[in-house]
Amino acid sequence: MTKVDIVTNVYERLGFSKRESSEIVEKFFAIIKESLANNENVKISGLGNFVVREKKARKGRNPQTGEEIEIAPRKVLSFRLSQVLKSEINDSAEK
Amino acid sequence: MNKIDIVNKLSETANINQKVAKIVVDTIIDSIKQAIVTGDRVEIRGFGSFSLRSYKPYKGRNPKNGEVVNVPPKRLPYFKVGKELKEAIWKEG
Repeated sequence: MTKVDIVTNVYERLGFSKRESSEIVEKFFAIIKESLANNENVKISGLGNFVVREKKARKGRNPQTGEEIEIAPRKVLSFRLSQVLKSEINDSAEK
Repeated sequence: MNKIDIVNKLSETANINQKVAKIVVDTIIDSIKQAIVTGDRVEIRGFGSFSLRSYKPYKGRNPKNGEVVNVPPKRLPYFKVGKELKEAIWKEG
């Protein structure tokens, strides 16, 4: 499934044109992205939480030359699955 | 930020009323959920992708009392962060 399929679902369910549907779906993802870029976590009940985590600076090595290098502090995004969805997936797997 | 905040913001930026915005948000989330549950890979350019990964059963331990427990095989979605989103988060740091 890609964004196009999501746009189609929005188009079919609401009265928007395909173009409007596409713009609205883009805005939805842009809102989430902006929030995460501002260091604010996003919680979507029933799906999961998008959490920004800070990583400290650490020393690494270039595996080719063995040279020691500093890995800069950075932020990464992790997705924590909703417990409800987790059990939904595994219940359907047993059938 | 939670779902209600997203609905409000979407209503503002897309210039649609809140009721409609809520249906839009629910439709998008349901589409993603439905695909994940059925094992379909979800790919959203610039954002990320969800794919279902299978895990074999293993013996784990209850960290409280050290008791051995059997962990059944399970399937869990894995979210891979898209390049654009990754860079957007990184740059702010």
